Amino acid sequence: MIQPALRLDQAPPVSVPFRFFLGAPPFLVLAAALLAWRGPEALAWRLAPAALALTHLFTLGFMSMVMLGALLQLLPVLAGAPLARPRAVATLVHAALVLGTLALAGGFAFGAAPLFKAAAALLATAFAVFLGAAGASLWRSRVRSQTVRALKLALVALAAAAALGVALASRWGWGIALPSAFAGLHPAWALLGWAGLLALGVAYQVVPMFQLTPAYPRALARAGAATVFGLLILWSGASWLGGVQWLADLCALALACAYVAFGAVTIVLQRRRRRRQADVTLACWRLGMASLIAANALWALRIAAPAALPERADVLIGLLALVGFAGSIITGMLYKIAPFLAWFHLQAAGGARAPNTSEILGVAAQRLQFRTHVAALALLVAAWAWPATLVYPAALALAASGVLLEANLLRVLRAFARARGELQAEAARAP
Amino acid sequence: MDPISDFMTRHHKDCDAAFARAEERAAAADWPGLEREAAAFLAEMERHIGMEEDLLFPAFEERTGMQGGPTATMRMEHEQMRGLFAQLRAALEARDAARYLGASETLLILLQQHNIKEESMMYPMLDQALGEEAGQLLGQLQSAAA
Repeated sequence: MIQPALRLDQAPPVSVPFRFFLGAPPFLVLAAALLAWRGPEALAWRLAPAALALTHLFTLGFMSMVMLGALLQLLPVLAGAPLARPRAVATLVHAALVLGTLALAGGFAFGAAPLFKAAAALLATAFAVFLGAAGASLWRSRVRSQTVRALKLALVALAAAAALGVALASRWGWGIALPSAFAGLHPAWALLGWAGLLALGVAYQVVPMFQLTPAYPRALARAGAATVFGLLILWSGASWLGGVQWLADLCALALACAYVAFGAVTIVLQRRRRRRQADVTLACWRLGMASLIAANALWALRIAAPAALPERADVLIGLLALVGFAGSIITGMLYKIAPFLAWFHLQAAGGARAPNTSEILGVAAQRLQFRTHVAALALLVAAWAWPATLVYPAALALAASGVLLEANLLRVLRAFARARGELQAEAARAP
Repeated sequence: MDPISDFMTRHHKDCDAAFARAEERAAAADWPGLEREAAAFLAEMERHIGMEEDLLFPAFEERTGMQGGPTATMRMEHEQMRGLFAQLRAALEARDAARYLGASETLLILLQQHNIKEESMMYPMLDQALGEEAGQLLGQLQSAAA
């Protein structure tokens, strides 16, 4: 009995991913504005309201924005299962995510309960609709690759992170009482689960693919995502029950070690790449992996020897994990995905002579933005140590990297629109 | 046992290696080297696509009765690759290294996302659909690749 064929031809319309990509960099600028407005307070303590507003502008407005948009594009390629009603899903998820993120950041910044209520409703909608659509595609898929397995776990982690987050926002909005463990579990499922597992799953495919490196070691690819997921479950159980702090700490240490190993293996693989061309995406991955290792090493130290580092080190860990790791990888992926999508859709429009990806977005523009991103990360880390003097230059650099990233994405869009216009005019002239 | 998956996936890696050698020569603006390596890469690619379009896909279409299904999408992507092969050849003729690298960067992404689809979906479907016949086709593939 032959299975019905997997469908290999279901790229969604170009507007589906691009509205997410274009929507993300403005949140970097907003985060920078908030940092400039609240100053050193935003880097003082990870649970300070200004820090929470800053964190969520970055994690929801920038990170999740790009991650959701890219998944809507890539799921059909990776899993061979079409997405139902991609345009409607994209419109709803994008609008709810943008408004929900703004409401949540406003809620933290102004301490306004109505904004938390709006955020809870909007973000619950955004993630529920996305998870419904992406989950249906992924669980229908017959592909049994390590990437598909990791993506499924990443989506479960996103569901957990989103549910915990909505519960926490509801606490601020309606004053609902919640178990105290929720506040620690939400960032764990969001970062170590959703963002980390997605990075793992994507890395299995794209690290060998873009730089022609050897594949990840079989054992790591097979067990990596499941191990991280299992540790998260165990850690959650131990934190929730209480009284077994040693077990929770052990799980956290193991998670930190797992991500350090992932970063180290990725760097080694990239050193053994067959493709000698060193492009901006490779630089992004290297910075991202170095940041991942640094963040997890510091976090492991915080757990193993709490007295060795001040509690404020959590802010530094957050900066390295969010801006250094996630921000860099996402930037590098955008520079591969966005020009290729433009090219791909021009092909479909019949453009054998369409501009190639390097003509759509030149390497010089990518490099300038990447250097600004590096400067922003360096200044943010320095501002953690000397907030009073460096928080403003750091905010400026972060804003500049956001502006340049948006400019580069708009450059892609303009090149796409121009080439498509020429192709259509040509087609109209043809007899 | 997935004879076709194993063989064709391995051949993808050979094509990747040939791609990287040619790209490296282009980056070094080594024209004699690039002419040699690009010719080798393009020949390897044509051979690979030929094995699929002349042997594997027709066998799959005959066995399953699916003409407009996955093989049609794969053939369409092969056409897109051929467009980029032509751009590579034109860049070679014009001795324009930047143009070569631009087209080859585009080709790499197209190639790799195509390979993902083939390795995770098309080849497993082929192995499953062809059953016993797969072993016999493998012999033909090996002689075509030699």
